[in-house]
Amino acid sequence: MSAVSPLIRARGLVKRFGSFTAVDGIDFDLQRGEAFGFLGPNGAGKSSTMRMIGCVSPPSAGELSILGLDPVRDGREIRARLGVVPQDDTLDVELTVRENLLIYGRYFGLPRDVIRERTARLLEFVQLSDRADDQVDPLSGGMKRRLTIARSLINEPDIMLLDEPTTGLDPQARHAVWDRLFRLKQQGVTLVLTTHYMDEAEQLCDRLVVMDAGKIAAGGTPRELIERYSTPEVLELRFDPADHQQAAEKLAGVPAQRLEVLADRVLLYVEDGDSALVAVRALGVEPLASLVRRGTLEDVFLRLTGRQLGE
Amino acid sequence: MADVMTRVPGTAPRGPAPSGWSLSARQLRFWLTNYRRTWRGSIYSSVLNPVLFLGSIGLGLGTLVNRHGAAQLGGVSYLAFLAPGLLAAAAMETAVGESTYPVYGSVKWNKVYQAAVASPLRPVDIFHGHVLFVTLRLAMNCSIFLAVAAAFGAVRSAWMIAAVPVAVLTGLAFAAPIEAWAVTRTRDTSFTMIFRFFMIPLFLFSGTFFPITQLPAWLRPVAYLTPLWHGVSLCRALNLGTADLGQVVIDVGYLAVVAAAGLLAGNRCYRRRLYV
Repeated sequence: MSAVSPLIRARGLVKRFGSFTAVDGIDFDLQRGEAFGFLGPNGAGKSSTMRMIGCVSPPSAGELSILGLDPVRDGREIRARLGVVPQDDTLDVELTVRENLLIYGRYFGLPRDVIRERTARLLEFVQLSDRADDQVDPLSGGMKRRLTIARSLINEPDIMLLDEPTTGLDPQARHAVWDRLFRLKQQGVTLVLTTHYMDEAEQLCDRLVVMDAGKIAAGGTPRELIERYSTPEVLELRFDPADHQQAAEKLAGVPAQRLEVLADRVLLYVEDGDSALVAVRALGVEPLASLVRRGTLEDVFLRLTGRQLGE
Repeated sequence: MADVMTRVPGTAPRGPAPSGWSLSARQLRFWLTNYRRTWRGSIYSSVLNPVLFLGSIGLGLGTLVNRHGAAQLGGVSYLAFLAPGLLAAAAMETAVGESTYPVYGSVKWNKVYQAAVASPLRPVDIFHGHVLFVTLRLAMNCSIFLAVAAAFGAVRSAWMIAAVPVAVLTGLAFAAPIEAWAVTRTRDTSFTMIFRFFMIPLFLFSGTFFPITQLPAWLRPVAYLTPLWHGVSLCRALNLGTADLGQVVIDVGYLAVVAAAGLLAGNRCYRRRLYV
């Protein structure tokens, strides 16, 4: 494989389940060393794409090449070089932390002494060294997720696949996971992750694609996407629910690139939020609350799909 | 903080893909590690089960039977008649127990199979790894059974040693097809049905406790179709020294065909369940 060929290459990739098309002809390339994200709401086709990359779900149509190999024919060789963190924990909760890594290392055919040495290093990395001989069952959700990350690294993978790595975790546990993933990225590990959290995508991804209804709506770096599909600043306004619609109509007079009327807020896409707020007040419109913030991937998603990520 | 990787990512040495045997052995080792938690308890029941049955029915009920029916049993004690039949039936019980909830739970509860399928293991390796484990469990239980039967004085022929592999094969003729079916289940209610309406009737009416010539004539062909009857009658013939080559070929052949059909079905069912 030459240095420039992508680690993963997909062209017109399709996954169907009966008459339902989960992934509807997507193209993407993953380069070595980058952190690549699939951002989209639940049901966008992210997990189906991840399962195809993980060689546990044969594509229905299109091309997919992973590490220069064919996922249907060469699944064993490819999976030997992947590290998978699935959406649902698949740890054996009745075994100890250490035994979970031992079992998994054996799945990859690693000798016992190699597994032992890596286990010590990986548990230190995910801050679970002191729990090595405890059962998995009583560990917190965040600890289990960190253990799953350690487990996925036992074979020193070329590509790590993380399907919604922090879904269901509390904010503190999420930050602990992000911190570990960021360190992996610094060490040159190639990451592929799916998420429906825009902050996760912004923090971790060098490059991402926005998925909706099985298709890729747009792709690029987080900054590029925000520049292309949003504005530097966003003015969020809240009104009394009774006046909401009426106020929104009056705001048409404010010079903004775009105006989004959501169920609970009005968003004004502008260069300068503070001067836009002055213009709003000049029209005689007084919001209950106002907030000036920078444009985010949430705005990109709203622009591309007309919906919010959480919906 | 030490680096997590000992090498530059993407420079892994690439060997040929490991063989199916080596991959199945990796899954077998998972089951063995898992079994370390429960092996003591399982040994107790492996010993206790034949002790209870051979003691109560073999000796207790056997005393009554011997007084009236020795001729019907071919002139041997009821204990010597019963023990080889029970050996085959116990193998069936072990096989059904190991191939229902453990398989279902590996997909639905602790997701052991989903974890394994993300590694180099294929569904077929995961299946074969478990079948290998069940084979070992069968060999263990059947050997213990033979030792208990010998202690009861129920062994009449050295050929009874050959009844152990026959009983293991009998178990596999149940384990392979039941695993193939169990992996496709989405709810576990089907398993109590298997125990109640499949395993217990077979246990009672496949010649384990009495010769199937005692069954009504219309029911006998049903008994001939069950793998258990073949296992029971061959184990018994080995203990009583009445086995001939024809019977061995027919019984072993029948059990092997059922087990092989179960393996083929399992290869397919595991793939369809784990590669979606």
